[in-house]
Amino acid sequence: MILLPCPWCGPRNVGEFRYVGETVSRPDPAATTPEEWRRYLYMRRNPRGMLREGWYHTMGCRRYVTVDRDTATNAAGGQP
Amino acid sequence: MHGLAAAYYLAANHGITDVAVLDKSYIGSGGSGRNTAIVRSNYLTPEGVAFYDRSVKLYEALSATLNFNVMFSQHGHMTLAHNDSSLRTMRWRAEVNKLQGIESEVIDEREVNRLVPQLDVSPHARYPILGALYHAPGGIIRHDAVVWGYARGADAAGVHIHQNTEVTGIDVSRGKVTGVVTNRGRIATGTVLNATAGWSSTVADLAGVPLPIETFPLQAAVTEPVRPFLHTVIVSGSLHVYVSQTDRGELVFGASVDPFGSYSTRGSLEFIEGLAGHVLELMPSLSKMRLLRQWAGLCDMTPDFSPIMGFTPVDGFLVDVGWGTYGFKAGPVSGEAMAECIATARTPAIIDAFGLDRFEAGELVGEKGAASVGH
Repeated sequence: MILLPCPWCGPRNVGEFRYVGETVSRPDPAATTPEEWRRYLYMRRNPRGMLREGWYHTMGCRRYVTVDRDTATNAAGGQP
Repeated sequence: MHGLAAAYYLAANHGITDVAVLDKSYIGSGGSGRNTAIVRSNYLTPEGVAFYDRSVKLYEALSATLNFNVMFSQHGHMTLAHNDSSLRTMRWRAEVNKLQGIESEVIDEREVNRLVPQLDVSPHARYPILGALYHAPGGIIRHDAVVWGYARGADAAGVHIHQNTEVTGIDVSRGKVTGVVTNRGRIATGTVLNATAGWSSTVADLAGVPLPIETFPLQAAVTEPVRPFLHTVIVSGSLHVYVSQTDRGELVFGASVDPFGSYSTRGSLEFIEGLAGHVLELMPSLSKMRLLRQWAGLCDMTPDFSPIMGFTPVDGFLVDVGWGTYGFKAGPVSGEAMAECIATARTPAIIDAFGLDRFEAGELVGEKGAASVGH
């Protein structure tokens, strides 16, 4: 079982969450170029290893949470 | 398989034989040996249809071309409609297909029942079957044989194939590729093709080329063998499942990608429970079948479900990636196209729409005919 650490609910089964995806920094819409904006929309690091990402706790507190997960092993936030 | 096919066509079509194919494991250990071996060309965009039609044509001739039996069995491919909106999308898909000269038609539930009596077409089913998109030239193939056939053909032409050779670095000097570093030594070269499916981002990182790709596992499962009864590939987009019977009699079940990205190929119980439930919704008579095993392959998903092929900002670094859930079907044609791309240093028309620059330009090619994508 894959457990994700929810700061409000504690470690919970991954099936309770909806995947939001890799955390990316959003450029200022007023000051950006179309190319830079599209890089923000589409380009991803997609590492094999530690990844900071967003999840939505659909079947729990219904809040967005940030999780550090190892994409090679699915171990998240210090969980084995 | 994409890499081997590109190497084969470089040698066969262009006479270029100073080519090395590097695989970090054995050939066919990745997506080529993990897919569900379905071949079809009834996609939705004109670009997608033209591309896959060429791929099916190459597959049809592949046993003769390679002098290696790839066991291509064109026994038909059926995508089920469980509601009016998917039936409408199928009519649209059938018309797009027919316009491009591809055999594809919408059939009603009586015809579905005639082709596959095991399917539950009663109106009381949880997901009633209203009709289907039937694609006669679709079918299944022995995927290992395709890998081995291309490898043998490439090897005979003088291509070197290095297994258990992991690429650990790509040397780039003044924006141009100069070599590849592996765990078994360095290769000096001016041209590198990245055809590593789920691992695309990690290899592109070595050359400093960012990709709009996220890696998702896709799980599949196979049952014990039984006597042949299923002579059509069955797909349900709404239930996210596809079923086919191999020549050995096993039923192969595939699905859509897992709900979150990962490089882990470990199977999950949630998946197998859901999959078995959906298969039984379609064919209740399979309830006594036993599963033999399940596995996962890594899919390199792009924002528009279309591949990324051709040149990159780094001179000499080419990509054939982003194949997501349907790279196997496209192996021959992408090998052919990438070989032409490398040999002529120009982008062939058939892959013109699939360039990496389309993301910055905002010209995406939405391919919603991809595996088990609901509409």
